[in-house]
Amino acid sequence: MTTLPTHTDKKLGLVIDLDTCVGCHACVISCKGWNTENYGAPLSDQDPYGADPSGTFLNRVHSYEVQPPQGEAQLIHFPKSCLHCEDAPCVTVCPTGASYKRVEDGIVLVNESDCIGCGLCAWACPYGAREMDQEEKVMKKCTLCVDRIYNENLPEIDREPSCVRTCPAGARHFGDLGDPDSAVSQLVQERGGVDLMPEQGTKPVNKYLPPRPKDTLPEAGPEFDVLAPFLEPVINEPKGFLGWLDKALEKI
Amino acid sequence: MNQPKIDLSPMVSDEIRKTTCYMCACRCGINVHMKDGKVAYIEGNRDHPVNKGVLCAKGSAGIMQHNAPSRLTAPLKRVGPRGSGEFEEISWDEAYQIAADWLEPIRRDNPEKLAFFTGRDQSQSFTSLWAQAFGTPNYAAHGGFCSVNMAAAGIYTMGGAFWEFGQPDWDHTKLFMLFGVAEDHDSNPIKMGIGKIKGRGARVIGVNPIRTGYNAVADDWVGITPGTDGLFILSMIHCLMKAGKIDLNYLAQYTDAPVLLNNDEKSPEYGLYLRDEDGKQLVIDRVTGKLTAFDKPGVKPDLSATHRAKGVTHSPVFHKMAEMYLSDEYAPEAVAERCGISANRIRSIAAEIARVAFDEAFELDHEWTDFRGEKHKTMTGRPVSFHAMRGISAHANGFQTCRALHTLQIILGTVEVPGGFRFKPPYPKPATAHPKPHTGVTPGAPLNGPHLGFVHGPDDLALKDDGTPARIDKAFTWENPMSSHGLMHMVISNAHAGDPYKIDTLFMYMANMSWNSSMNTGGVMEMLTDKDEDDNYVIPHIIYSDAYSSEMVAYSDLILPDTTYLERHDCISLLDRPICEADAAADAIRWPVVEPDRNVKGFQSALCDLGAKLGLPGFVNDDGSQKYADYADYITNHERRPGIGPLAGWRMGEKGLQSGRGGVNEGQIDSYIANGGFFVEHIPDGANYYKPWNLAYQDWAVGMGLYDSPQPYLFSLYVEPMRKFQLAAEGHGERQPPDHLRQRIKDAMSPLPIWYETDQEGNEGYTVNALTQRPMAMYHSWGSQNAWLRQLHGRNPLYLPTKLMREHDLSDGDWARVSSPHGEITVPVMEMAALNENTVWTWNAIGKRKGAWALDIDAPEATEGFLLNHLIHELLPPKADGMRWANSDPITGQAAWFDLKVRIDKTEAPKESRPEYPPIKSPVGQGPDKLVWKVGK
Repeated sequence: MTTLPTHTDKKLGLVIDLDTCVGCHACVISCKGWNTENYGAPLSDQDPYGADPSGTFLNRVHSYEVQPPQGEAQLIHFPKSCLHCEDAPCVTVCPTGASYKRVEDGIVLVNESDCIGCGLCAWACPYGAREMDQEEKVMKKCTLCVDRIYNENLPEIDREPSCVRTCPAGARHFGDLGDPDSAVSQLVQERGGVDLMPEQGTKPVNKYLPPRPKDTLPEAGPEFDVLAPFLEPVINEPKGFLGWLDKALEKI
Repeated sequence: MNQPKIDLSPMVSDEIRKTTCYMCACRCGINVHMKDGKVAYIEGNRDHPVNKGVLCAKGSAGIMQHNAPSRLTAPLKRVGPRGSGEFEEISWDEAYQIAADWLEPIRRDNPEKLAFFTGRDQSQSFTSLWAQAFGTPNYAAHGGFCSVNMAAAGIYTMGGAFWEFGQPDWDHTKLFMLFGVAEDHDSNPIKMGIGKIKGRGARVIGVNPIRTGYNAVADDWVGITPGTDGLFILSMIHCLMKAGKIDLNYLAQYTDAPVLLNNDEKSPEYGLYLRDEDGKQLVIDRVTGKLTAFDKPGVKPDLSATHRAKGVTHSPVFHKMAEMYLSDEYAPEAVAERCGISANRIRSIAAEIARVAFDEAFELDHEWTDFRGEKHKTMTGRPVSFHAMRGISAHANGFQTCRALHTLQIILGTVEVPGGFRFKPPYPKPATAHPKPHTGVTPGAPLNGPHLGFVHGPDDLALKDDGTPARIDKAFTWENPMSSHGLMHMVISNAHAGDPYKIDTLFMYMANMSWNSSMNTGGVMEMLTDKDEDDNYVIPHIIYSDAYSSEMVAYSDLILPDTTYLERHDCISLLDRPICEADAAADAIRWPVVEPDRNVKGFQSALCDLGAKLGLPGFVNDDGSQKYADYADYITNHERRPGIGPLAGWRMGEKGLQSGRGGVNEGQIDSYIANGGFFVEHIPDGANYYKPWNLAYQDWAVGMGLYDSPQPYLFSLYVEPMRKFQLAAEGHGERQPPDHLRQRIKDAMSPLPIWYETDQEGNEGYTVNALTQRPMAMYHSWGSQNAWLRQLHGRNPLYLPTKLMREHDLSDGDWARVSSPHGEITVPVMEMAALNENTVWTWNAIGKRKGAWALDIDAPEATEGFLLNHLIHELLPPKADGMRWANSDPITGQAAWFDLKVRIDKTEAPKESRPEYPPIKSPVGQGPDKLVWKVGK
C-alpha cells in the first residue's frame, strides 16, 4: 500500500467547460501524440489496422444524450482523464509505491520502473481513468504533461498540457485549483464548476463547468411577449408597405 | 515519502519545421517536431493566422497519416482486369511514357477526349493551368459535388460566400446562427469562434436536423426538416420586412434594392436592370429626383421612387421584394408544418435577430470614405452573423436557399459591418470580376481561356455550335446554367454513356470516385469496368494519382503515386484558395519537412514533368526543354500576370523585397520557411470593414495585386443573369433552351430567392430523410484508415430518431434494410434522441471496400461499415415523359446528396452489411499488427 502526501503545495489540474466542448477529440489525439513520444513507455496500439483496433489513451471523450423532462434532447460531450484526486484511491491501493501523488503540485503519476502491471489501481479508480498498456504491461495515465509544464526547453507560453494547448474551442483550462485567486479557481467560482462523482469521496482536483441552460428562446408566455414588439408590423397589408417606406426613408 | 526524481525538462525535439497541415481543407499552420530526422510530434503553430496554435484531432494524427501503411510506394501499371487491384511497379520514365502515348494523340487530334478532374485539390490554379495548356475543356475540381451552391450563391449575390470567402466578426458578434453545418467547414476557426463568443455569453443558434458537434453546444437548436431551410429563412425575411426591421440606409446605399427594373411584360428586357450607356445600373436620386448612375458622387438612391420612360414603367428591385416576401405564403403559420418548426418559434428567432441587429447596434470609431466620396465618421455595427455550408447547399433547392440566407444578411445590414459577416481577401469580388467559362478547343493548342467561371446569361453557356454541351460534365448548359465548379459527379456516367461525347482518357487526382465520392457507387464500378463489343473498356484509359491505396486505385490503369503532405511543396495561393483572414491577406506553403523514402513524387511535380514531355506551352522553354524542374520551381518562378505569382510574400521590388506585386525572388520559399511557412499582410484600420464600398480597402487591394483597379459594386439581391435565362425560356433571344427544360428554367431561375420542394418524383413510399455527415475528427480527411482516428470513429451505425425506432420495433444493434427508389442497403441501427423525428443519418465514408487502405479484410469499416451512396443515383427516377433528370440543383448542378428519401424495414442480422463486394487486391499489403511509435531514443 502506498501513502498519499498529507499536503501538496499546489493542486494543479484541469477545468473542462462542458458548455463549449464540441466533442472534436482534438485533446484526445494531441495527448496521444505527446505521450507516445514522451513520458515513459509509448502509448501502443494493438491491431491498429485490423478487426478490433485498441490502443492506450490517457484522455477520451464520451458523448451522452440527455433527455430533459421538457424540451428537446441534448448531446453532451464529456472529456475524461485522470482527475488528480486529493484522496486518490489508485495511489493508496498500489502495492509497490509505483503510483504516487507529487508533493509539489499534486499530480498523480506512475513510476513505470516500479509498476508491476497488477492493475489494482485501475480497479480502484472510480472514473476509469487509467489504462494498462498492452505492449509494455505498465499502467498509463494522464501526467498533466508533467514533462511540459515545467519544461525549460519549451517557450513559457507552451508550458501547459498538450490537451489544453490544442483545444480549438478553448474548453480546457489548466492551473492551480488550490489557489482561490487563480484564473481557473475564478472560472470555477463564476460558472459553478463541479466535482465529478463527489459521493466517491476522492476529492478530484479537476473540475467540470456545467452546460448552460439550452433552448431558452421563448415560444410562448410572457417572455415571448417581450420579444413580440420587435416584430410589431408596420403595416397590415402589402400595399401599405410602400407608404411606410416613404415615411421611413424621409427619416434617414 | 520517497518521491522519484523525474526529468521535468526533457529535450522536446532536435528541430521544429513549420509547414501547413493537409489533414483536411482547413490549412492550419503546424509545428513538426523532428527527432533524428524523423517526425516525432505535430502541434499547431501559434503565429499562424488560421489556427493560432490550436490543432484538431486530424492535425495531431498527421503523424499516423504520414507513416500509414497504405502509402503507395512506386508508379503502378495495371496488369489484372480493372477493379482487381493487380498491378506491377514501373519506373517514372515508363509511367510518363504510357501517359504520353495516350495523351499525345488526344492533344494532336481532339483535346476534349481528355477529362481531367481533381478532387481534394489545393492547387487548382496550377492544375487548371495545366489542363488549359493541354487544351481540353474538361477540367474541374470537386466543388460540384461539395458546396458550389454556397460558393456560387454567395458570389452572385454579394461577391463572396462563407469559409474561405469570409467569416463572422467573432470579436463583435452577439448572435451567431449556424445553418446546416455539421462538424466541419471549416474546422478549427469555427470551433475557435464558437468558443470565443460563448465565452462572452453571445447566443449561438444551430439549425440542423442533427444535434451533434456545433449544434450540440448551440444555445438553441432548431431540428429543421431537411431541405426546408430556405422556406424558414424566407419566413423570417417576411417577419422582418413586415415589422420594418430592415436596414433601409444600407439597402439604399450598398445594394441593388433601389436599382430600377423594366416592368413591361412584353419587353425583351422585362425584368432587367435599367442601365445607362456605360452599362451602369440606374437609380432615382432622392436629392434631385433624377435618374442617376448608382455610383455618382453624392447620389442618395431612392428605394421607393419609380421611373417612366418611353411608355415603360421602371420600379426598384425593392418593390419586387416587398411584393414577394410580404405575401402570406411566407407567413410563419404557412410554413411551420413543412419546416417542422412552430410558427411561434420562427417569430421568436426572427424577433431575437431583430432585437440584436437593431437594439444592440453600435458604432466603431473608424472614419472611412465610401465609393461615392462620402465621408463617414464611424462604422455602424449590427452584431448578428451567420454561417452555412453543405447542409443547405447539397439540395436541389440549395442555390436559392443560400441566396435566401444572404438576402437575410443583407436586409439586416450585417454584411461587411462590425459584428456581422466579413469578407477575406481576395474577396469581396463580384461575379462580374471573375472569368467566364471557356471551352474553345483547338487541336494541338491551349484552350482559349480558363475553364470555370461565372455566366451572365445564355450567351455565356458552354455549348457547341450545334447546341450540344461542350463539356463532358454538361456544366454551363441549360440543364444547370450556373455550374461554376463543374459537375465532377457526372463525369464517369456521362463518359460511360458517351453523352455528350466519348472520351479517351480519364485523368483524376485525389478523388475516390469508385467509392465514397460517387453517387450510385455500384453503378460507377460497373461503368469503370464495362467493355464494348470489341472487348475494350468503354472508358479506354484511366490515369489516377493518389498518395494512398484508396478504392479508386484498383479501377485505374496507371497510378502516379503522390507524396504525403509532409514530403511535398505546395502553395496555398491568393490565386486559388488562400488562408486569408478578414483583417489580412495571407498565403502559405508546404515544403518537404522530410524527404520521401519511396519512389513517389508530388503530383504537381509530376505534372511539370508530364507537361514538358507533352511540350505543353508554359511547361517548356523556347528551346523545348523542361520549364519547371518541379512544383517548387513553378511556385517561385511562375507569373500569372507581370508581378503576380502564386505567392504574394517576399516578391522582388526595385528597392528590395515587397508584398503583393513584384518580380520573382529565387529565395522566396526560403523566406516563407523562415517565417513559419506563411505570409500575412494586414489590412489597415479604417479599410477593414465595408470593403466593397470602402475606398481605402479598394486602394489597398489594388496595391496588393488583388484587383487591377478599384471596383466598387452593389450587392445583388436581384440576380439579373437569372432573369436573362428566364427571358430565354420565355422565348426571347437567339439562344433558346430545349422545350423540355423551358418550364423548369422559368420556375427555378427566379432572380429573387424562392423556395421549392425537393421531394423527388417517384419517391412514393420513401418518406424518411436520410443524411450523412463527417465526424469532426475526419472531416475532409483523406484517410480515415488512420490508426489513431479509426479508434475514434471506426463504426457507422445508422442513427434513427426515437420515434422511428419505436415504429419499426428496433433496438440498438438490430439491423434494418434501408431502401430508396434506386437501391437497398442492410445496416446496423442505433437510437438517437437529439434528432429530427423523421430523419436518419450516418457518418459518411467510414465504410471501406475490403482490401483498400491497407486495412485487414475483416476491419469493421469493411464488414459493418456502409455508404449511403448506394441509395443515391446521379439521375432521378423517370418523369412522366420518360426523361431522367440529374439529381442536381437545376441552377448550378450541385449534387443533391441530401435530398435522399428512404424507407426502413427491420430485418434479420446478416453476416455483414450489404451490399457486399469482393476484396480488391492491395498493392501495398496490409498494416502491421501493432504500433509502438516512438522515434526518439
